[in-house]
Amino acid sequence: MSTDTLASLQMDLRGKFPGVNFDYNYAFGNNVIHIPKEYVVALLKHFKDTGRFDFLMQVAGADYPERAKRFDVVYELFSSRTSERVRVKTQVAEGDTVPTVIHVWKGADWFEREIYDMFGVQFDGHPNMRRLLVHQQFVGWPLRKDYPADQQQHCTEPLPIFFDNDPSYVPDPNKDLVPLNIGPSHPATHGTLRVMVQLDGERVHRANVELGYLHRCFEKMAETHPYNQVIPYTDRLNYCSAPMNNVGYCKAVEKLLGVEIPPKAQAIRVILCELSRIIDHIVCVAANAVDLGALTGFFHLFTYREKVYTLFEKLCGARLTVSLTRVGGMANNPPEGWYKDVLAFVQEMKVGVDELDLLLTGNKIWIERTRGVGKISAADAIEWGYTGPCLRATGVGLDLRKAQPYYMYDQLDFDIPVGTSGDVFDRYLVRVAEMRQSLKIIEQVAKNIPEGDYTIRDKNIVLPDKKDVYGNIEGLMNHFMLVIKGLRPPVGEIYDATEAANGELGFYLVSDNSAKPYRLKVRPPCFAIYQSFSKQITGGLLADVIAVLGSMNLIAGELDR
Amino acid sequence: MAEALRTADRELVETTRSFAFTTKLESIVAWGRKNSLWPMPYGTACCGIEMMSVMGPRYDLARFGAEVVRFSPRQADLMIVAGTITEKMAPVILRIYQQMLEPKYVLSMGACASSGGFYRAYHVLQGVDKVIPVDVYVPGCPPTPEAVLDGVMGIQKMIQDGAKRPWKTSWQPGVWR
Repeated sequence: MSTDTLASLQMDLRGKFPGVNFDYNYAFGNNVIHIPKEYVVALLKHFKDTGRFDFLMQVAGADYPERAKRFDVVYELFSSRTSERVRVKTQVAEGDTVPTVIHVWKGADWFEREIYDMFGVQFDGHPNMRRLLVHQQFVGWPLRKDYPADQQQHCTEPLPIFFDNDPSYVPDPNKDLVPLNIGPSHPATHGTLRVMVQLDGERVHRANVELGYLHRCFEKMAETHPYNQVIPYTDRLNYCSAPMNNVGYCKAVEKLLGVEIPPKAQAIRVILCELSRIIDHIVCVAANAVDLGALTGFFHLFTYREKVYTLFEKLCGARLTVSLTRVGGMANNPPEGWYKDVLAFVQEMKVGVDELDLLLTGNKIWIERTRGVGKISAADAIEWGYTGPCLRATGVGLDLRKAQPYYMYDQLDFDIPVGTSGDVFDRYLVRVAEMRQSLKIIEQVAKNIPEGDYTIRDKNIVLPDKKDVYGNIEGLMNHFMLVIKGLRPPVGEIYDATEAANGELGFYLVSDNSAKPYRLKVRPPCFAIYQSFSKQITGGLLADVIAVLGSMNLIAGELDR
Repeated sequence: MAEALRTADRELVETTRSFAFTTKLESIVAWGRKNSLWPMPYGTACCGIEMMSVMGPRYDLARFGAEVVRFSPRQADLMIVAGTITEKMAPVILRIYQQMLEPKYVLSMGACASSGGFYRAYHVLQGVDKVIPVDVYVPGCPPTPEAVLDGVMGIQKMIQDGAKRPWKTSWQPGVWR
């Protein structure tokens, strides 16, 4: 991650595209290449074929209405071999199209559809260029700067069942197929997912999914709120592990500001992240088991989840949506005895994980229902943009805590559990093993909390202590100035990622030096994973659809945003 | 003969006094109803996770006779709207509400379901009461499980007292059909 990467890329691309001059730049620790849209496919294909970058992490859009070519299309690439990243950007005018890269990386599918949905940019050659998140009666492009954030449009009719997602499908007149709609209000769809299948007996002949039933406009809300006020919105992305989103977002803003938070704040953030990872896996495993008929695990595991809620409650008063971090550190010091409570919980949870192991791992019904179900190869998983436990279950040991260590993770002793077959059973095993590793991490950190402050004290970033605000004129003025002027990162953009419970949680943040983010795009881990769902369940049994759905840990809040 | 019957009658009344009591039919039906609410959990977002806690081991909604969670609206009489209802979801929730049998009740859990919450946004319905009539609003983002239990008890009281519900009787689904 340095200018060396960019120099070597420059050399490589000069050889590949002689006579063409791309614009290279390095800012805020990110490598960026600006290219004309004609080269997008060739360049991405080159990177992939030469093995330079194997992951397409996301495709994002951005709108700059005052520019001649008003839209940016941004490709975020990652190499699991060298942990290098590069951002490829191209500009598009209104009414113009961009060639699709779906044939290079399958995982570009929904990301491109989302850009179409939000900005109205068409992707040439995309087989299914339909709206993705907003409802079918919606008119206009909501993430364009000229669309008012609060202008609602009512949807009066539910969307009927449909299957035209795959134009290459050839109907078979000899088959007597039964359409079946599952969701969006169905116990196994965890809230708001909608799966549509055509059944040939017990087997799924054709499948389609519809999302957006929880599209609550996170990205537009972020553009209309000051930086610190965006934190509560990030809670509600993956609400099963809210602190991780807080940390991911604040880390991106801090990187753009060029500040490093104190060691104590880092330690608290690590503890919170690992606690969140545990309770996230609890919900995923418990819900997956409930869907397959094993109710005991849910009741038993929720006891432990409640214990973590109690720990959060002691920090901030809230249980679920905690907003614990602030840009620059934490909101306050933990109360006395909190670390001791954390360590006590670790001991209890160790027993809890063992009990979960006893309950499910050797359970014949659980094994029969999950082993060999939803299998995926490592190559396919990478192609779709899998990250997190679902990727590691295929045998790829990619974890950003090791690959691109942040905070104090490089000084901690923990392992990255991997599976072999990528099926539902392996995903479960990886999650259970990760819970054990997280406990190990928490133990190490909570026993050695660094001394010092819980936040930086830059008056342009962090509000002064209340005793200073009420006690002296300087504190009062600093408070006043920061509230009026707001926190203003320099002009620029950044992509920063953390390893959330479900995989790589990335934030692409553009700042125009105003008090609000100009553009904030989230790369939700389950969004990339869920793209492959229709393909994964086709040909399988209907009952397995539920097992696969549960194992992907789809959280509608971050899926639909 | 008639005298003997009257005596037997009197004796029967005397005996039943030891184990029975008299009440009005609607009162005893209301008593049964309030203690056997079958919730239809319409959990869409964060509140849905908190509702799992309400059902879970610590808070245990079963203590209030409402543990039989039914995802089929036809078998439920209390809809708990837990989470943000988006514009895309509005016609769906209406359809599900219409499938519930009378008498039916709606509890709106949390700020989003009650008013759109802090999502004053282009794809979020500003309160589920735009589409279906709501009996109890529980504030919070998300509300604590205690608050939800209080809301359920509010519904129980409403059932016990046979309270009038003008918001339901005069309800019109608006642009949604």
